[in-house]
Amino acid sequence: MGTTINYSIAGEKTQNLNLTQKIGLTLASISLFIVLLTWMTGITLTPNWLYLSILIFGFSVGPVLYAVGTYKGIPAGIKNNGVYFNSLTNRGALGWIGAIILTLFYVCLYWYGDWFGDGTGAKGANEGLVSLFDPLSQLIRGKAADKWFLYGTFYTIAIVFLGVKFMIKYRHSKYHLIRTIVVMFSQLVLAYMLPYILEGLNATSGGYYSLNPVNSWPLNYDFMTGYRIDARIAPENQPLGVAYLVWGIILFLVVTPFVTYLVGKRWYCSWFCGCGGLAETAGDNFRHLSDKSVKAWKIERWLVHSIMVFVMFMTIAVMYSYFAKSEFKLMMYFPAEVGYSLLFGLLGLAILLFLFLYFKGKGKSRNFMLVAAVIGIVMIVSMMLSYLGNDSQAFGINSNSIKKGYGFFVGAIFSGIVGVGFYPLLGNRVWCRFGCPMAGYMGIIQRFKSRFRITTNGGQCISCGNCSTYCEQGIDVRWYAQRGQNIVRASCVGCGVCSSVCPRGVLKLENGPEEGRVNENPIIIGHDGHPTLRK
Amino acid sequence: MPMQHIVIIGNGIAGVTAARHIRKKSDKNITIISSESKYFFSRTALMYVYMGHMRFEDIQPYENHFWQKNRIDLIEDYVENVDFESKTLKLAQTPPIHYDKLILATGSKPNKFGWKGQDYHGVQGLYSKKDLDLMEMNTRGIKEAVLVGGGLIGVEMAEMLLSRGIDVKFLIREATFWGNALPKEDSHFVTQHLRKHHGLTLMFEEELDEIIPDESKRAKAIKTKSGKTIPCQFVGLAAGVSPNVDFLKKSALELDRGILVEQDLSTNQKDVYAIGDCAQFRKTINDRGPLEQVWYTGRMMGETVAQTICGNHLEYKPGHWFNSAKFFDLEYQTYGRVWAKPKEHESRFVWKNDEKEVLLHFVFDKETNVFIGVNTFGLRLRHELFDQWLNEKRSIQYVLQNLKSANFDPEFYTSFEKEIVEAFNQEFDDSIEVSSKKWWRKLLNQ
Repeated sequence: MGTTINYSIAGEKTQNLNLTQKIGLTLASISLFIVLLTWMTGITLTPNWLYLSILIFGFSVGPVLYAVGTYKGIPAGIKNNGVYFNSLTNRGALGWIGAIILTLFYVCLYWYGDWFGDGTGAKGANEGLVSLFDPLSQLIRGKAADKWFLYGTFYTIAIVFLGVKFMIKYRHSKYHLIRTIVVMFSQLVLAYMLPYILEGLNATSGGYYSLNPVNSWPLNYDFMTGYRIDARIAPENQPLGVAYLVWGIILFLVVTPFVTYLVGKRWYCSWFCGCGGLAETAGDNFRHLSDKSVKAWKIERWLVHSIMVFVMFMTIAVMYSYFAKSEFKLMMYFPAEVGYSLLFGLLGLAILLFLFLYFKGKGKSRNFMLVAAVIGIVMIVSMMLSYLGNDSQAFGINSNSIKKGYGFFVGAIFSGIVGVGFYPLLGNRVWCRFGCPMAGYMGIIQRFKSRFRITTNGGQCISCGNCSTYCEQGIDVRWYAQRGQNIVRASCVGCGVCSSVCPRGVLKLENGPEEGRVNENPIIIGHDGHPTLRK
Repeated sequence: MPMQHIVIIGNGIAGVTAARHIRKKSDKNITIISSESKYFFSRTALMYVYMGHMRFEDIQPYENHFWQKNRIDLIEDYVENVDFESKTLKLAQTPPIHYDKLILATGSKPNKFGWKGQDYHGVQGLYSKKDLDLMEMNTRGIKEAVLVGGGLIGVEMAEMLLSRGIDVKFLIREATFWGNALPKEDSHFVTQHLRKHHGLTLMFEEELDEIIPDESKRAKAIKTKSGKTIPCQFVGLAAGVSPNVDFLKKSALELDRGILVEQDLSTNQKDVYAIGDCAQFRKTINDRGPLEQVWYTGRMMGETVAQTICGNHLEYKPGHWFNSAKFFDLEYQTYGRVWAKPKEHESRFVWKNDEKEVLLHFVFDKETNVFIGVNTFGLRLRHELFDQWLNEKRSIQYVLQNLKSANFDPEFYTSFEKEIVEAFNQEFDDSIEVSSKKWWRKLLNQ
């Protein structure tokens, strides 16, 4: 048979699973059962190391076996048969159930950690689901697990093993193979192992700070928060703490703009980022569910830039409060001027981004930037006023409460619940497209000052729509390709799937000189007699 | 003076391109009439709907509000006849429509060569949306199908049927696959790829003799001319297409196989033009045939006629030939001319790697070494560079030397240029050295 996914539109046929697929599903289901059982009943299974091993084994080997069973014996190539007939990937019953379970998981994770047994036992010991993770946590970081350890472990397993599945599916494409290995490495080593091992080595004895070296501000909106700065400069955390501080600043101020200039924002979004990593691996089956309409694009531009601007001002606010309150503490490490230049440098960066969008942007995004600039000025003025009044509150609002609000609405609800929980309903990049402040920041660079573009191959496009359909960022790639125009869009994360699914070899992600990158009056070649064509 | 009314019959790529370009250049009233579907869709993508890669709305290149925004009126109706004297169209359900200028872009229909039993249930071609819907009905719950005709539509239908777990027997009249368009080596290479797909049986030099029905007049088997009987519940007729012009047959419009047109796409009737699949040139243009049933040529004819209608009289002047296709997982592109049978003055160089499934087939002039064309399988090449090289009449040596820059494969893909050039040097006793990859635009401006 050509493929294994065999749902016809009428749904008359059922999917014929082969043995490998059945074993894979069995293993994954046993793991899912253990999760649901401990989650729902709060039961503490012993010995926990045994159940943890079963759990991890099932969630890792299960999906890989299923993928092997699905794609074995079929020549390498695009594997999208039946995507729109499958209940899981076409917003059918399975999709809904998946979305609901994922969403409930996030709700419990953020607000009802008790349900996972997070420190609910005697003397704060773990029970239920979290207790299963104690042995692993002890092994890696020398202390008991908590709900975030549980989450991090699930997250990493999902990226690594569904990454293997992704690699089997796209095995004909070296671009996808290399990219996926990098994203798996980034999650497993940089985002998971390294921080926990450092934690085990007591690197955060002065308080917690993000030890994931690729978690860049402004995605990591807490980066400049007082308690994190304190932790980084605490004497007991040296030299690692200051190293992380300096690296973090270099990362967003130098590395991000420079690398984005060279290769586009893909280096981060589809190669190193954890959110992007999950979207590319676990979320791959849902990429076609993103909304391609012009309306969605409008919403995207408003939302992602609003959140970016908000994070920037929020950072300034918390930094201001921090510097105003604890100049003395920081003085031990840098002179006050450094602190203030950081603060105002950041403000300057935000204003520059605004001006850039305002002068380079078109139409509505311009109006939007005007509105945002007005808000910015109001905030700066109120900050000045509160400074003069020697009040530790920036903008007249307690900066901490701004941050808490952001953490609730954006950090938890948007990036977690909508961003991941709704994968099967809204696609796998909702957060990356509509919410991520880092994506907004890099998007502006990618759109206006970068060597990256998706080149359209002359006149070869047949308007089939595979590129647009499988664009997880909801870019209507075909709109550009069918008129011979290159695709230069702020939101493109450079996953390369449009190029893979194109049946006519029309699209190529490439970096090159900026000249001719945006070809507004494209040359559809192959038609010599036409006056709109440049000779 | 009231605005001119431009009426276009047919909303395929040719008609829609004409409408879009007329709108770009003018304020004329534009109406597109189609009996197939209200909104434009990509015909070449119908297969992906059947295979579940996309929904029907996904193969519509423009959102529904596009048409109103661009003041292009859409009428979903069937044109019964055209009165060229009074410039009026008679439609099945809508009141008659007057036109000032008429563009016929009516496309094609699948060929039926009078096979015995060709009208039984479960026997059909694939061209229109209606055909797709019919195929959905006809193939529900079936196990075996037979396809007739070894060309592009046939291979698409094979891929579609296999995606639903239906076994396919593919009757191909020639000794090799798509032998009238592909040289032998290329054709064998494609065949080799097709054979990798389980459930597909290629039967070369076999022709359909008759279709055998069951009691309900549904196909239950076919008989080939060599006398084989093959049980099947579906017969796909993929033996090419011909212009869809039946409704014009009794009119004053001059027809042959298609609507006869001059170089500027005008017909023998005043203010009436024909473009796309349905147009047949009285005088062929350079090495092209009188009928061009390809997406790209339909688009170019639409662009051309739009200029003429907006006052800039233009003749259809396509540039160098190019085309592309995909045979299951094997991509194919062509630039310039690679005829199935080599011409007198041509020399050919074929390089292939069976394991990686890459084949390049270069054609160049025996005497002058001028590059004439390339077929490429499993490796993407840059259209713009090849178009330019053909314009500049570059030598095969120059093309091979710069092949790295013309590579359009995704980043990190294995490159074969060195091996290709080494093989060429050996075969033709030459000493070309591959240049390192340059930014392709720099080569354009050279």
